[in-house]
Amino acid sequence: MISIKNLKAGIEDNLILKGINLEVKAGEVHAIMGPNGSGKSTLACVIAGKEDYQVQEGTIDFEGEDLLELSPEERAHIGVFLSFQYPVEIPGISVSNFIKTSINERRKAKELDPIPAPELLKMMREKMELLNIKKGYLSRNMNEGFSGGEKKRNEIFQMAMLEPKLAILDETDSGLDIDTLRIVANGVNKIKTKDNAIIVITHYQRLLDYIVPDFVHVLHNGRIIKSGSKELAHELEEKGYDWITKEADKKWA
Amino acid sequence: MSAKQKQTEEELLNEVTSSEYKYGFTTDIESDTIPKGLSEEVVRIISAKKNEPEWMLDYRLKAYKAWLEMEEPEWANIKYTKPNYQEIIYYSAPKQKPVLDSLDDLDPEMKKMFDKLGISIDEQNKLANVAVDIVMDSVSVATSFKETLAEKGIIFCPISDAIQEHPELVKKYLGTVVPARDNFFSALNSAVFSDGSFCYIPKGVKCPMELSTYFRINEAGTGQFERTLLIADEGSQVSYLEGCTAPMRDENQLHAAVVELIAMDDADIKYSTVQNWYPGNAEGVGGVFNFVTKRGICYKNAKISWTQVETGSAITWKYPSCILKGDNSIGEFFSVAVTNNFQQADTGTKMIHLGKNTKSTIIAKGISAGNSNGNYRGLVRITKGATNSRNFSQCDSLLMGDKCGSHTFPYIEVKNNSSKVEHEATTSKIGEDQIFYCNQRGIGTEEAIALIVNGYCKDVLSQLPMEFAVEAKKLLEISLEGSVG
Ligand SMILES: Nc1ncnc2c1ncn2[C@@H]1O[C@H](COP(=O)(O)OP(=O)(O)O)[C@@H](O)[C@H]1O
Ligand SMILES: [Mg+2]
Repeated sequence: MISIKNLKAGIEDNLILKGINLEVKAGEVHAIMGPNGSGKSTLACVIAGKEDYQVQEGTIDFEGEDLLELSPEERAHIGVFLSFQYPVEIPGISVSNFIKTSINERRKAKELDPIPAPELLKMMREKMELLNIKKGYLSRNMNEGFSGGEKKRNEIFQMAMLEPKLAILDETDSGLDIDTLRIVANGVNKIKTKDNAIIVITHYQRLLDYIVPDFVHVLHNGRIIKSGSKELAHELEEKGYDWITKEADKKWA
Repeated sequence: MSAKQKQTEEELLNEVTSSEYKYGFTTDIESDTIPKGLSEEVVRIISAKKNEPEWMLDYRLKAYKAWLEMEEPEWANIKYTKPNYQEIIYYSAPKQKPVLDSLDDLDPEMKKMFDKLGISIDEQNKLANVAVDIVMDSVSVATSFKETLAEKGIIFCPISDAIQEHPELVKKYLGTVVPARDNFFSALNSAVFSDGSFCYIPKGVKCPMELSTYFRINEAGTGQFERTLLIADEGSQVSYLEGCTAPMRDENQLHAAVVELIAMDDADIKYSTVQNWYPGNAEGVGGVFNFVTKRGICYKNAKISWTQVETGSAITWKYPSCILKGDNSIGEFFSVAVTNNFQQADTGTKMIHLGKNTKSTIIAKGISAGNSNGNYRGLVRITKGATNSRNFSQCDSLLMGDKCGSHTFPYIEVKNNSSKVEHEATTSKIGEDQIFYCNQRGIGTEEAIALIVNGYCKDVLSQLPMEFAVEAKKLLEISLEGSVG
């Protein structure tokens, strides 16, 4: 589905991603772990097309398309979704209005008519149930006055509504209490099919008990320094990162 | 901001610069105009053309004399070359029977113009349940729904007709809320106003439809000085809307209107404005100078609510105000003021609390783009006798780009300690993070800005009558097209 080769990107003179290689196939769940500041969010943003970051080398192929040539909204239209680590507020715009606009803009790009209101409403109800979201939520303004957990749940709600091919969840677990974490993770699992893929970015093994990854990668200082199965996540939980980061630092020094 | 984004911003800004004012056509209708310039003679001519009674002429002459002694105000945060008042034509009327018995008699050219303005009168008549009075240059040309309203005893007509047909009402109320000598522009208006709308809602009557006036300046070199007088008698209710357009011209056109609202005990007036006078071109040439005095008085338990969406004019100088005279009366001001290119706006409100337990709410949203300058200026005065009064003010400004400016000038005077005033102010920019968030959800940058701006203005737009909220949203989008922050 997505194939990242030798990706180097940064801001101005500061190279943050120093040659990332990653291959994710349909139906797979990949976890990216790593210490703070290792470049996890940067990778997510570069895939999504945030223009603050300049790509200096490498390629990203998404289902045969050169992702780096597309605008952020075009990437969204072909099925790239990013659940933000820090979702922003959009005052005065209701969740339902925002999602409607979002869905209809994608449909417009595909030369489809706007989604009929009853269909949209039905879908919203289903997805709200899936994520255990209470009534009244749709008329609240986008992330305005939301708690940390509500913001994250709102991200996953949008993911459920937009049904992306590739979803990148950037620290969706941070700020969630254990019950909400379980609900959100179960929601994600229900959205998961053999045709879509998920990249889960997290610090903690905790989330991976619920969203079980096929592969785990450790990102450190802009490079994937180790990849393995879900056992790797447990190992990291026990031993921390030092044992592999030190080794890597020596190698790249 | 990345280089790429900067580039698109520039492209988009250029687009706005070249995007033309949609309403900037002129209409070929023969007009009856008088020579330019202002003198006692001109005031007399205007009055005579309108066949006015003696008292009206006296009122005008007094105002004219007062005006001669007044100075054009300079305290507003706007820069402009003062108009040469001798270069303006003070009366211009389409050369046809000014007031029609039926809209079917309307000049076909004029009908076409209304269609271009997007106000097909026929349609509005049928669908929107809106009674319209249209003032072009100096006179009213069409008032619809007169009969339907008359059944309820409602008077809605050109003010020149009211002077003839209801002199007792006009005489009793004209100039009581905005005295002729209130300010330079109100004095000028009082001397030369040529038309405008008059409205009277009898006791206990709830006006069954929206009342609306559409103003258009057409003839070159003319000023427009319309006068609106709206009286809501005890326990009555009315919602009134005005809209305006003007053709594109290189010279500045002067518009100096006066609006007076009277809300008797328990009455409720909602007055909405969608102001879209020609703003001038992208270099700041031309455009309407809009110097307007709007004020309402509330008696016991009455309520006046001003809502304005101001997107046009080269200069806007406008402070719709409420005098809360009666106990428990309520004043509201909801405003969105957009400036782009070289537009300048100094607008806000005054809430004068005289009665006990009076309440006022101010929600002012400024949006500045291009090289423009937007100012909020507001006064909240709570007098000694206005015990237990409340005011809440919220003044927000949104900046797009880094060449525009915005200022807030709140004046607060509280003379008793049982009252409470709250003031909140924010200044923000449309964040790149917000735009990227929208982009990531498939919403392009233009669309994202429209969305964010609409969200920002929601509290004001939601005050407008439904049909007009849609129009106002579109207008906002047009006037900000391409101004990425
Ligand atoms: N917008 C930015 N401007 C400057 N430096 C940045 C920016 N974004 C990220 N960085 C830097 O890049 C590195 C990686 O950050 P980030 O991708 O947020 O890490 P993570 O998500 O793994 O914690 C950090 O050193 C951070 O300071
Ligand atoms: Mg991060």
